[in-house]
Amino acid sequence: MNLKKIKKELDLKILSSEEGLDKEVSGAYTSDLLSDVIANSKKNFLWITLQIHLNIVAVAQLKELAGIIIVNSREPDSDTLKKAEKEKCLLFSTEKTAFEISGKLYQLLKGK
Amino acid sequence: MIENEAVLAQQFEIQGRDFNHAGNISTTIKEILQETGIPPSIIIRTAIATYEAEMNVVMYADKGTLYFSLAPDSIRIKIDDRGTGIKNISLAMKEGYSTATNEYREMGFGAGMGLPNIKKNADKFKISSCPGKGTTLEILFFLNNSEGQ
Repeated sequence: MNLKKIKKELDLKILSSEEGLDKEVSGAYTSDLLSDVIANSKKNFLWITLQIHLNIVAVAQLKELAGIIIVNSREPDSDTLKKAEKEKCLLFSTEKTAFEISGKLYQLLKGK
Repeated sequence: MIENEAVLAQQFEIQGRDFNHAGNISTTIKEILQETGIPPSIIIRTAIATYEAEMNVVMYADKGTLYFSLAPDSIRIKIDDRGTGIKNISLAMKEGYSTATNEYREMGFGAGMGLPNIKKNADKFKISSCPGKGTTLEILFFLNNSEGQ
């Protein structure tokens, strides 16, 4: 499923430029520990987290993730937004908790 | 560690506490390797190990130097830092053990997975440290096998 459809279905707000919304998502990983994400996420995964500092962009880049969903309506600082823009990293935000959005995304990706 | 004639060698300086540029070196090395046609599975293992090593210098050292060299049969990463060093290496290698501050933990670092992640992704890994002075890591990846993670 591509990001555009996921964004619509989960009512995600996009915080970065919309370039790359046609990217296919192969799965997702939910964690706030960067090393855990580095060890366990896979290419084209969406990453669900509450972290908002700019190092999340480096992690997404490193693992070639499809994008990052920031939970609980947390707002990344301007440095993070700038870096995401520069590196073409897609950043989304949701008012939902990590549990809720993970559950919804799971249902969506597994087609249940 | 195997020393082989490098076809490409580059060195990078890492500044302690510089979170704004943290991760740039591993991204650069990943990009260099992607242009060489090395299998993606080896590139990602190298990038992960380099990122973890780079972050360790940013968080725990005053400064460090990362030496990257690509030989016909291997990739070699060596990181020398000047900083607090590691008192008990076997403890530091244990998954879940961390000396990170609360501030770092809140940022999602300090999971105690950095050094274990490096070891897991490397084909050869050597660590030595002198408490109060610094730490040296040597990480080697073989190009003729893509086993591992």
